[in-house]
Amino acid sequence: MTAVDKRLSTPVIWILLLTMPYWMDAMGGYTELACRVVVLGLAAMALNFLLGFTGVLSFGHAAYFGLGAYGAAMTIKFMVPSTALAIVVGVIVGTVAAAVIGALIVKLRGTYFAMVTIAFGQVFYFIAFRWNTVTGGDDGITGWQRQPLNLGFTTIDIQHSDIAFYFLVLALFAFAVAIMALLLRSPLGRTLVAIRENERRALFLGIPVERHIWLSFVISGAFCALAGSLYALLSNFTDPRSLHWTLSGNFVIMAVLGGMRSFWGPLVGAAIFVVLQDYVSSHTENWMSVIGLFFVLVVTFFPRGVVGIIKRRVVS
Amino acid sequence: MSKTDLLASAAKPLAADSVSSVPLRRRTIVQAAAGASLLQVASPFVITARAAETVKLGLDNPLTGTYAAVGKNELIGCQLAVEQINAKGGILGRQAELLSEDSTSGDAGTAVQKARKLIDRDKVDFLLGNVNSALSLAMAQVAAEKNKLLMVTGGHTDAVTGASCHHNVFRICNTTQMEANAVTPALIKDAGKKWYYITPDYAFGHTLQAGLEKACAKAGGTKVGGDLTPLGTTDFSSYLIKAQAASPDVIVFLTQGDDMINALKQAVQFGLDKKFHLAGGQQELEALEGLPPEARIGTWVFEWYWNQPNVPHVKEFVDAIKKKTGRVPTARTWFGFASAWSCALAANTAKSLDTLKMAKALQNLHLPPEVALMPDAPYFRANQNQLIPNLFVGHAQAQGSAPDDLFKVTTVVKGNDAAGTLEESGCKMTWPS
Amino acid sequence: MTQVLLFNVFNGLIVGAFYALMALGLSLILNLSGVINFAHGGFLAIGAYLAYSMMPVLGFWGGLVVAPLLTAFLGVIVERVLIRRLYGRDPLYSLLLTFGLAYILEDGTRYIWGAQSLPYPIPGWLTTPLSTSFFFLTGYRLFMVGLVALVVAALFLILGRTRLGMRIRAGTADLETVSALGVNVGVLRNLNFGLGIYLAGLAGVLAAGMLGLQPTIGTSLIMPSFVAIIVGGLGSLPGTLLGGLLIGVASGVTTVFFPSATEAVMYVMMGIVLLVRPRGLLGEEGRVQ
Repeated sequence: MTAVDKRLSTPVIWILLLTMPYWMDAMGGYTELACRVVVLGLAAMALNFLLGFTGVLSFGHAAYFGLGAYGAAMTIKFMVPSTALAIVVGVIVGTVAAAVIGALIVKLRGTYFAMVTIAFGQVFYFIAFRWNTVTGGDDGITGWQRQPLNLGFTTIDIQHSDIAFYFLVLALFAFAVAIMALLLRSPLGRTLVAIRENERRALFLGIPVERHIWLSFVISGAFCALAGSLYALLSNFTDPRSLHWTLSGNFVIMAVLGGMRSFWGPLVGAAIFVVLQDYVSSHTENWMSVIGLFFVLVVTFFPRGVVGIIKRRVVS
Repeated sequence: MSKTDLLASAAKPLAADSVSSVPLRRRTIVQAAAGASLLQVASPFVITARAAETVKLGLDNPLTGTYAAVGKNELIGCQLAVEQINAKGGILGRQAELLSEDSTSGDAGTAVQKARKLIDRDKVDFLLGNVNSALSLAMAQVAAEKNKLLMVTGGHTDAVTGASCHHNVFRICNTTQMEANAVTPALIKDAGKKWYYITPDYAFGHTLQAGLEKACAKAGGTKVGGDLTPLGTTDFSSYLIKAQAASPDVIVFLTQGDDMINALKQAVQFGLDKKFHLAGGQQELEALEGLPPEARIGTWVFEWYWNQPNVPHVKEFVDAIKKKTGRVPTARTWFGFASAWSCALAANTAKSLDTLKMAKALQNLHLPPEVALMPDAPYFRANQNQLIPNLFVGHAQAQGSAPDDLFKVTTVVKGNDAAGTLEESGCKMTWPS
Repeated sequence: MTQVLLFNVFNGLIVGAFYALMALGLSLILNLSGVINFAHGGFLAIGAYLAYSMMPVLGFWGGLVVAPLLTAFLGVIVERVLIRRLYGRDPLYSLLLTFGLAYILEDGTRYIWGAQSLPYPIPGWLTTPLSTSFFFLTGYRLFMVGLVALVVAALFLILGRTRLGMRIRAGTADLETVSALGVNVGVLRNLNFGLGIYLAGLAGVLAAGMLGLQPTIGTSLIMPSFVAIIVGGLGSLPGTLLGGLLIGVASGVTTVFFPSATEAVMYVMMGIVLLVRPRGLLGEEGRVQ
């Protein structure tokens, strides 16, 4: 990343994010769409922590996303109607699952690793589907809403104000992204990149590769779970689809589309994916062909994802 | 200028050009392609003019995926209704406009997102949809949050006008309990008393099976076994093997859509139709059309059927739809049609677009004959918001009077007879003060 | 109970044979080109729909012969125009491309043939079961198993005895050397892709006889194919065949005890196999990852 666009990209992106509800409406979008972009962007960036920076493909991250969603939904519906607690529970559930599963599968590599993550994701999907007394089965968990945030000195009504909820989501996004950026800049982050570049050499250098992959898996799972909790709060709803491998696939698509090697790439990919799908599907029944064609064109002409185009323009 | 200088100066601009012209050319092509692909594909039915004076109906239904066929039929019904409504003066004197969004077939997140888009951005006055029971429940929640009138077109699960009922959520299609009550007498008579269930494993399947088991027991029948099949099962052979081993009188197929087609097709290929009766609860013309002729068998209940020679206005409706699509209307077409019309009737009766006033106006509202298209006038049951229509019990046939006539109606059941009591539905409706 | 179990095991082998057919095509493409072909289901659908459209003219048997060839031809064009650009890049890009392609194929079939399921009749004499007690052994299913066996035998013959097959096998092991030895790698990959898509088209025509014909017919079959490949081990075609059969039998047996888990059981099986034997059942050392 050249000095120019590194210094430019972060402030530009933050300005866009902070003002999104305002220009999104003018563009024919709506605040909830902006929320979706940020939440799914967080999930894609979390996945990319593992995929783009550690070089490990997981095709089952929807498992942690979905567990975060169910954790949050079940907390509000069955336990305590508190948004803050819902988010915390969701993150904890997803992180614990990632830690356990990560430990089990860390010996696998490549396509095998990716497929076994699908296996776990689908088992969770099946449990959510069948255990319908607790999870509501195919109907999901309905009949609850995100609760206003009581901060002691003031209450933020995220239940009725979409914009207030957007800024809550953005704040948590900022928190997550800051931690990820810090980690990537730290020795841990550099070790992960080393593993991505050449795992065998890292091993020879005495780096405990498996432990680092596990750590990366847990961190990315934790932030994915955070995204999942926010997603449930966004829709006031969750269902087994949030655990399905097709959603995992969408996260991978977003990361690759935007640019795996770039920090902000997955956010750009998520923005394009969500907004394009939303816009095109309102105008034509054949939106799948349009989106499919778009993917094909991006892959064919832009080897480093969409961010690659922007970088090239800056450089030249 | 020396030869080398000339060559050097000639070479330099070329090199610079070739570096930047290739990506530029590629970029232009791609930008053009991306732009072209984003151009609105001519869609004759989605009206996107956002005139401020129109009354907007927002349909959030699947147009892609497994439920694309039935979702599309509901959309066509809505379109015809809106055309007719506008021809008759519109809603409260204003033109009606139909906005259509693709909920996709399985992802409730998308259905909820589109519902909010229709309400928040497009400011629709009515929300309509969905084919899928789970998505209907999710949309009902959005409608309750945003205080919009929701007309559920085709989601059958009982909870929509049962345990999860809301004062502003109405439903056109039947509950699974109503279907079960309507078809059970015919099943017992035609097929026998020992039933084996093949049930799709989701809310619709569960409630339909529960309804049938209750009605069957009341009529003296028994359940000899049953299996829950995952949604989207392609191969039913293992379930059919188990069914055969249980030696029932009838194998009751509760699967819908593609699952129904796969299950029936395979059952007939196995020759099970020669050993047992094959029948079930809800059946749809879309499924019968997808089956080979020898698999169009069994006793079923339809929620609406096009071949009603003695009922007024039905022929006009059938002809109008045939002109639009080249095929006869199905029950789904009628759901869409009746849903859109009910919205118009609600507003015109209440003389207002206020959700609460319209909801109150719909209580006990009877549909007029041009909308009802069945022998008895259906009405929205008060404090449940459930339409009580006729149900059409009969058996499938390979071909009847016309190539599209795949169902022979033997009994038209009155809605009041099939519907349980209000208490049985589990709906405890609360009205805002 | 034992009879039901036994029947389900037999039937599982039949169903598994079908999964194997689909998975073999996918495996061929993955092994040589390193391309994860998410559009495989889409090509299956195309094969089925082409056979449907040609049925009035060619009948069932003509469709069975011609439709897979046409689909393979389409596959060859797609490879030449699109997939070729992916070689040498991260396999994730093939995922994105074939994903987009899958979208286009599904939407295209829906646009051309409509969303309504179409009836696909098979010859009457094929639909009768062989015996009343073994009712699930219909002529059609046995025909399908026979066809799959034939195709597998032919595939192994091609790979084992012909020059093309030898080049494919050598290319799977070390494409660079094969290229250095003067083989036109581009043509090789093209033909290999075409062969894989031929199998997809054939699976499509067979599927249309058993299932309802609608645009999403291929999408539910793609995951079992991937699972079959992984369970059997990447890079091993016999492994893929074994994986397909195992999935079929596992699903069938699960129906007897835990019917709603028939779809989930293949994932559980894959998880267990990978945790115990990280390279799949017949996967070899140093294989394509």
